[in-house]
Amino acid sequence: MPVRLRAIVGYVLAMVTVAPLVWLLVAVLRPADELFDVTLPSRLTLDNLLYVLTEVPIGRYMVNSAIVSVAVTVIALVLHSMAAYALARLRFPGRQVIFSMIVSTLLVSLPVVLVPLFLVAKELGLLDTYAGLILPAIFHAFGIFLLRQYYLTIPRELEEAADLDGCGYFRRWWQVVVPLSRPVLASLAVLFFLANWNAFLWPLTATRDPELRVVQVGISTLQGQYGSAWNYVLAATVIAAVPTLVAFVLGQRRLVEAIKTSGLK
Amino acid sequence: MATVADPGTAVKRPPGAAPPVWNRRRREALAGYAFVAPDLLGLMMFVGLPMVLSLGVSLFSADGFGGYTYVGLANFRQMAEDTQLWQSVKVTLTYTVAFVPIGFVVSLGLALLVRDHFPGVGLVRTMFFLPHVISLVVVGIAWQFLLVDKQGAVATLLRPVGLGDTSFLGDPSLALGSLVAISIWFLMGYNMLILLGGLKDIPREYEEAAGIDGATAWQKFRHVIWPLLRPTSFFVLVNSVVGSVTGLQAFDLVYVLTQGGPAGSTSSVVFYIYQQAFTFNNYGYAAALTTVVVGFLVAATGTMFGLTKGGRFDAG
Repeated sequence: MPVRLRAIVGYVLAMVTVAPLVWLLVAVLRPADELFDVTLPSRLTLDNLLYVLTEVPIGRYMVNSAIVSVAVTVIALVLHSMAAYALARLRFPGRQVIFSMIVSTLLVSLPVVLVPLFLVAKELGLLDTYAGLILPAIFHAFGIFLLRQYYLTIPRELEEAADLDGCGYFRRWWQVVVPLSRPVLASLAVLFFLANWNAFLWPLTATRDPELRVVQVGISTLQGQYGSAWNYVLAATVIAAVPTLVAFVLGQRRLVEAIKTSGLK
Repeated sequence: MATVADPGTAVKRPPGAAPPVWNRRRREALAGYAFVAPDLLGLMMFVGLPMVLSLGVSLFSADGFGGYTYVGLANFRQMAEDTQLWQSVKVTLTYTVAFVPIGFVVSLGLALLVRDHFPGVGLVRTMFFLPHVISLVVVGIAWQFLLVDKQGAVATLLRPVGLGDTSFLGDPSLALGSLVAISIWFLMGYNMLILLGGLKDIPREYEEAAGIDGATAWQKFRHVIWPLLRPTSFFVLVNSVVGSVTGLQAFDLVYVLTQGGPAGSTSSVVFYIYQQAFTFNNYGYAAALTTVVVGFLVAATGTMFGLTKGGRFDAG
């Protein structure tokens, strides 16, 4: 296909793809009585957004989501990086078996194990706690796998050069491996943050307490509560999407790299 | 290897002490276990244990308030006569059979379209990916708004072609199709990026050589790109199948958009299990269903890897 034709097809399809999101954004800025119009709004208003910000505890929801997303991201990066370093570099009996076991958990997704996971969390007293929102979300093989792939490519000499007498494995990891893997850690940080900010099913299942509602659960309950008051429901969804978009804009390059390399070859 | 690591101390070691090589190996192994332990224990606790537990719980009738009664295989026998379950199996299969190939072709088409430079290609790629950044709850609510019967934007735009009164989410014959379309819209940019990563690794020279030999665009795709892209394609397809069957995207969308309706037409297996557990408190039955799904996934993936000789997406 000639370049110009490809460009035009690309522009048109790209605009069709984002049209629903642009529509959502415009709808939120419309006066309530024009909500379903397909013409340009007669004026733009912040009423819908202001109503949601003042009348709905969406701030609370956002804080909960932020606590959970940041905690999961930080803890997961530390633990996965340690595990991946050991699996890529340290020799110990059973390493291959452990690695295969970890990778095989990729097969099982949350919706499938939801019910037994709920029962486990219940027995551990994790329901309706922050720990219950955070802990089960940390452990996922994808990050371990990706980091291990990356650590296999770091030249061993770099690490051995730092192998001064008395420099234990912990310091080797922390002072050599972690700084070298900053780019891939940054990619995963964006990925983990987005995934956890957007998570719905587990928070929905693990919490009943409105004080612990994360933002995705919050807006889905609004949908039931406000029924046909679409303007408020939509305003809340737009507010909930803002941090995702910010994280995406800031971390786009990193995120794209992480996804591209996940294809593995 | 480590045998030459420390020649100085190897000579001077006091009698009776362990050889340093062995000592070093042991230290390395201990460090290895210590580094893997937190993640491994976490995975055992929150992935492994639930899988094992589901097998155990499936032998009980559980009321959700801590009361468990042993019922043997009754939960498994119940499945045979559960028409709603079989309806949900049909929904999941239909969703998978529609979503996987169409989604793949769309993603591959987009990847080929934005593979080479044109002005603004970066922005176009970003725009294709954008839906994937938004949460499925927001996506679901947005589409519900767009698809509101008669008044919604889609109905208004399609009125001129006579589809103004079509209920895309309310008509049992259309709801699942709408879910598939929304899922593709959500996921196409993500798979496009993975495929772009695969396309990058195909040396240009191959296509140029084929071009010199007079190959058409289709022939280049069929005989150069397609075979060399196979590992990436396989990865995307496996991912899509697992994602479809396990409701990775569909669960949130079904929950927000249709709640399994109308008339059970969008109630997938994972949604049905969710309802059995959390709407009807049939935890034992839900656990039995979970066990079957896990068993099915293990068998299916094993078969797929066997058929494709390991899938070759791990080996260089």
